[in-house]
Amino acid sequence: MTQPVLSVRNLTVEFPTRHGLLTAVQDISFDIMPGEVLGVVGESGAGKSMTGAAIIGLIDPPGRIAKGEIWLGDRRIDNLPPAEMRKIRGRRIGMIFQDPLTSLNPLYRISRQLIETIRTHLPLSQSEARTRAIKLLDDVGIPDAARRIDDYPHQFSGGMRQRVVIALALCADPEVVIADEPTTALDVSVQAQIIDVMKEICARRGAAIMLVTHDMGVIAETADRVAVMYAGRLAELGPVAAVIKDARHPYSQGLMGAIPKLGENLDRLVHIPGAMPRLNAIPQGCAFNPRCPQVFEKCRTHRPAASEIEPGRRAACWLYPEVTEA
Amino acid sequence: MSDTLLDVRHLSRRFDVSAPWLNRKLEGLDKTYVNAVKDVSFTVAKGQTFALVGESGSGKSTIARLIVGLLEPTEGEIVFDGTSLARGLKGAEARRLRRRFQMIFQDPLASLNPRWRVTDIIAEPLRVFERSMNDRARRLRVGELLTLVGLSPEDGLKFPHQFSGGQRQRIAIARALAANPEFIVCDEPTSALDVSVQAQILNLMKDLQDEFGLTYVFISHNLQVVRHMATEIGVLYLGRLAEVGEAEALFATPQHPYTRMLLDAVPDIEMTGRRRKQVEGEIPSPIDPPPGCPFHPRCPFANDRCRTEVPGLTRRGAQAAACHAVEEGRI
Repeated sequence: MTQPVLSVRNLTVEFPTRHGLLTAVQDISFDIMPGEVLGVVGESGAGKSMTGAAIIGLIDPPGRIAKGEIWLGDRRIDNLPPAEMRKIRGRRIGMIFQDPLTSLNPLYRISRQLIETIRTHLPLSQSEARTRAIKLLDDVGIPDAARRIDDYPHQFSGGMRQRVVIALALCADPEVVIADEPTTALDVSVQAQIIDVMKEICARRGAAIMLVTHDMGVIAETADRVAVMYAGRLAELGPVAAVIKDARHPYSQGLMGAIPKLGENLDRLVHIPGAMPRLNAIPQGCAFNPRCPQVFEKCRTHRPAASEIEPGRRAACWLYPEVTEA
Repeated sequence: MSDTLLDVRHLSRRFDVSAPWLNRKLEGLDKTYVNAVKDVSFTVAKGQTFALVGESGSGKSTIARLIVGLLEPTEGEIVFDGTSLARGLKGAEARRLRRRFQMIFQDPLASLNPRWRVTDIIAEPLRVFERSMNDRARRLRVGELLTLVGLSPEDGLKFPHQFSGGQRQRIAIARALAANPEFIVCDEPTSALDVSVQAQILNLMKDLQDEFGLTYVFISHNLQVVRHMATEIGVLYLGRLAEVGEAEALFATPQHPYTRMLLDAVPDIEMTGRRRKQVEGEIPSPIDPPPGCPFHPRCPFANDRCRTEVPGLTRRGAQAAACHAVEEGRI
């Protein structure tokens, strides 16, 4: 069996505050295989971005990884000193963030930003790095890359800027790319282009993607497997088609029903009452129990672990007999 | 049912985006204008939901603001229930008309005063429009409204920041309903919300429409949401209507190449295996729109006529598209 390129084991992220300890991510485990696209979906505050930040070692203090391990190949990376982590970030793990304007320095030409990143990670000369940068821009679909490389970020449109960010993330041939809401700031027509580019170029280079988004549509089109997060915990994990068509956790079932769809015209959408709890008010037992239509006694007192309910699928819900206590 | 409540006729709005006077003089620049909305006409029947869709920069929000009177049109007019909302509508007459329509904005945190208690926020339209109402009656009415949108009357004592995004949008809806309007303009009411909360708000808006016979103009960039809400749809591209028609027909047989492209670009969440078509290019800057049909640089069917002549809306059954290719039967 091949070794996962990224392995997150029992990750817990905590924020000590004046009002007590907040657990932003609780006991999350998943693997990403080489070349695989893992979608991480959830509503705001579900902890999906925080999971991404923990993997790349960019949790803002006072937040910290309280428990668990993160393995990149056969190297443990959650306890590395900052200088070591810096060598991995960008080199072995690429990053794409939501807003391309904030990930690019507005004062530097694109060429400088790309060449600097390439030369930080790879032993290339200035001109070799420039050739590589032009090739990268060409790969992500920027027309006339040799000329446009000397433009500033503001001279690009939103979609083109996001392409530049993708090029930047891929410039040292990373094994994993963590994409945090890469298409959220873009219009639908451009969104489709960016997803295609990202998927194609990562497939060609064999990079795995962890795609963090709230948009189930993007996941459906891009990911191989999907992890549904709720209140900092993993609710369900499985192959995309299976989770979309036949969700097991009541939260993922509600989430799927709440999305309006083009193919059907329902009079009403599935209504999940209430809202996701705040971090300081996560209920006892299963975090979803106050909103769950199938809640029973055990859900209010005991927290279910995300156990395997059938091969390749995990769910954290007492409805499934295989589920154990966390 | 087909009583026309709102009639928008040849509406245009131009914004002056020139550089400051001194820069213009020194650098020899001319004044520059943006035609945010150009020659848009549509009608909305009573009790219906008319949706405006388009990408950013297509002029959706400008039209919303023109309808409720937050902006004045450069050209054209808006007729509400037989009365023209032309410039200079003032005083009691304006107030009588204005209380019949309301607006819900995208970001409820920006549209609710953070220093006011929710009761005061919701009671404000009542203070303006129902001057004879006494305090007690007003308080009761606010309680009723809060219950109506799924909050409890005690929530009125809180401030907006004490609520979640979805609850804040409920407060905005309660405020919009306070003066018993017939017509509500909703500008991206659920874009800032998570899907499960979005579903709650959309369901609530549908229920309220059924209960009070409301008419909505619903603005969104999300085609799935529009599909769920609208009875009639207008597709905007660079400030012009590309296509307008009954929702069912427009989704079943889109005419305009832009509408087809938009529908193709919607992610395939039902996993039907429908291959998403690669879409070319991005929406150009509205400051310097292409001549002829604004969509021609991205259009696979463009010919010389499209590059020079602006197409008008041609009606065909339940739909009308502004496209030479459709008119000539080329597609």
